[in-house]
Amino acid sequence: MSPVEQDTSGQSSDISEYRRREQSITISELERPGALPRGDGDARQELLTLNFGPHHPATHGVLRLLVTLQGEVVRDIKPIVGYVHTGIEKTAEDKAYWKVIPVVERMDYLAYHFNAMTFCGAVETLAEVEVPRRAQYLRVIHMELNRIMSHLVWLGTSALDLGAISMFWYCFREREKVLDLFEMSTGQRMHTRYFQVGGVIEDIPRGYGEKLAAFLEEMPSRVEQYRALLHSNEIVLARLRGTGQLDAERLLAFGVTGPLLRAAGNPWDLRKAEPYCSYEDFDFKIPVGTVGDNYDRFNVRFAEMDESVAIIGQALAGLPEGPFITSDRKVALPPRHELATSMEALIHHFKLVTEGFRVPPGEVYYPIESPRGELGCWLRSDGSAKPARVHMRDPSFVNLQAFSEMAEGGYIADMIATLAALDPILGGIDR
Amino acid sequence: MPDATGLELIRQELGSAVLETSFFRERATLVIEPQGIRSVLAQLRQKGYSFMASLHGVDYYPEEPRLGVIYELLDMGRQDRISVKLRVPSEAAEVDSALPELPGDPGWPAAIHQEREVYDMFGVRFRGHADLRRILMPEDYEGYPQRRDFPQGGEPVFFTYNDPQQPRAPG
Repeated sequence: MSPVEQDTSGQSSDISEYRRREQSITISELERPGALPRGDGDARQELLTLNFGPHHPATHGVLRLLVTLQGEVVRDIKPIVGYVHTGIEKTAEDKAYWKVIPVVERMDYLAYHFNAMTFCGAVETLAEVEVPRRAQYLRVIHMELNRIMSHLVWLGTSALDLGAISMFWYCFREREKVLDLFEMSTGQRMHTRYFQVGGVIEDIPRGYGEKLAAFLEEMPSRVEQYRALLHSNEIVLARLRGTGQLDAERLLAFGVTGPLLRAAGNPWDLRKAEPYCSYEDFDFKIPVGTVGDNYDRFNVRFAEMDESVAIIGQALAGLPEGPFITSDRKVALPPRHELATSMEALIHHFKLVTEGFRVPPGEVYYPIESPRGELGCWLRSDGSAKPARVHMRDPSFVNLQAFSEMAEGGYIADMIATLAALDPILGGIDR
Repeated sequence: MPDATGLELIRQELGSAVLETSFFRERATLVIEPQGIRSVLAQLRQKGYSFMASLHGVDYYPEEPRLGVIYELLDMGRQDRISVKLRVPSEAAEVDSALPELPGDPGWPAAIHQEREVYDMFGVRFRGHADLRRILMPEDYEGYPQRRDFPQGGEPVFFTYNDPQQPRAPG
C-alpha cells in the first residue's frame, strides 16, 4: 500500500486521498456569519497568558515559560530560569583546582565529560601542563561516547514530547550500554570524575577495547533503526518540517552554536575550526542542515551520532602507547606503588591532597564543542591553589535566548517540538 | 587569535579607547575605557569579529576598579578570537548595554541573558538593557553573590540542632 495515491489530476499527486480529504475541510467554514456563536469580544483576538512549567514534563527540567497565546498561536515567550541554581561557580572558588572537577561536572548533567574537559583544559592552558597523547585519545573516546549518550537522551525525550513513547525505551537501552562502558573504565556511570588536570585518572581496563568495539559495531545500525522509526512516520514529519525555523543569521546574532546552528547550514564546529585535544588527528564530517527547522535539527543530531562512532573507532584503533596522565608530579598524583618506596612521591602526594597545586596568575577562556554547542570555561587565577573565578559559558543558557524568536508566530504544539529540538539542559542553564 | 603584532595594530586603529593590551597564553585581550564599549564592539564587528561568544563578569577584589566585564568576540571566517575587557568601580558599576538600541542597529542580542547574569551576580548595571532583572537568583534577593566579599553559606539552613534557636511562628 503506497502512501502515494495515483491521481489523474496531476496537481496533487504527492498526497494521499486521506490527506486530500483532510485538507479539504478548513476552518473557514467556521468563519461564516452565524456558524460560531460569538461573545461580546472577538475570541480570536483575545490574548491569553499561560504559565508553562516549571514542573512540566515537556520543559526538560525546570524551565518556566510565560507564554502569551492568541488562540493557539504563540505571540510572546518569556523564559524564566534559575530554579536549580546551586551556585556552582561560587562553590568552585572555595575549592582547590582538582576538587573543582566533580563540582563543575554536575552543571550540564548530560555532558559531564565535556564540563570536566573545559575546566581541565583551562587549568592546563594556564598552568602550561602537557597532556600525553594517550590521555588525549582517551578523553576523545569518552567525550564522543558522552555525545552519543547525550543525543540519545535528547532523542528519546524529544520523541516523547512529540507523542512517541517507544523511542524513549529504545534510546535508553543504548544509553545503558554507554553508561556500562563508563562504569567499566571510570567506576561511575554519571559524573565520573575521570578527567584530571594533566590527563585521565586511570587507563582503560583489560577487555574495554573489545566491549567498546562491540558497541561501535552495533551503534550505526541502531541509529539507522531510530532514523527509520521517525522518518517513515508521517505525524513526526508533519510536526517537524517547517516548524521552529530560524535562519543562520539570526541564530548567530543570538550567539547560538552547536547542532542548532549547523542545522541552519553553518558548518561551525570547534572540533574542526579550533581543534583541541588532538581532534585534528581524526577524519570526520560535520553534518549540516539546510533551512534550520526542527526536522534539520533532528537529522543533524542523528548524523552526529554516526560521526561520533567514526571518531571513537579511529581513536580506539590508533590509541597511542604511553602514560595516561602527565608525569609532572606538581599537578598529578604519583602512582600508588611509588608511595611505599619514594619519600618525594609521598611529599608530592601529601601536598597535592592537602593544599592542591598552585596555578600561575592569569585569565584564560577555553571553549570546546559540547553536544549543545560552545561550552567554554573562563578561568581566572590569582596564583593561589583555588581559582579566583570560574565562569562557564553554557551553550543551553545562550541558545535559550533564540527560543522566543523560533517559536513565536507558530502554534503552541510546535513550541513544544521546538523546545525539544533546542535541547536545553537546565542544570547547565542554572548552574 | 591575532598575534601580538596584530593586536597592536588593532589597538592603534581603535585609538584612545584602548587602555592596554595583553597577549597571554595565545589569547589577545584589549582593555578599554568603559565608556567606549559600544564603539569598540562596533569597530571590532567591522573587522570581522561579528559573533559574541560569551560575556563574563569577574570581581577583582580587593583591586580597584573592582568589577570586570569581559566580552569574548569571535571571527568565524578566520577562526580568530579576541577578548575585550573593561573594569568599573563597584560604587558606580554602570556600563552601556551591548544590546541593539534602535531598530536598524544590529547590536549584540547574544548579550540579553548574559548581561542579566552579570547584573545578577556582580551588580553591574547595563544602561539601555530593556529587561535588566535578576536571572538566576530570586527577584527579591539582596546582594550580589559572586562578589568576592560575599560570604559562602550566607543563609541559615535549618537542621535539628539549630532549629529551636530559630524564631518560630506563634502557635
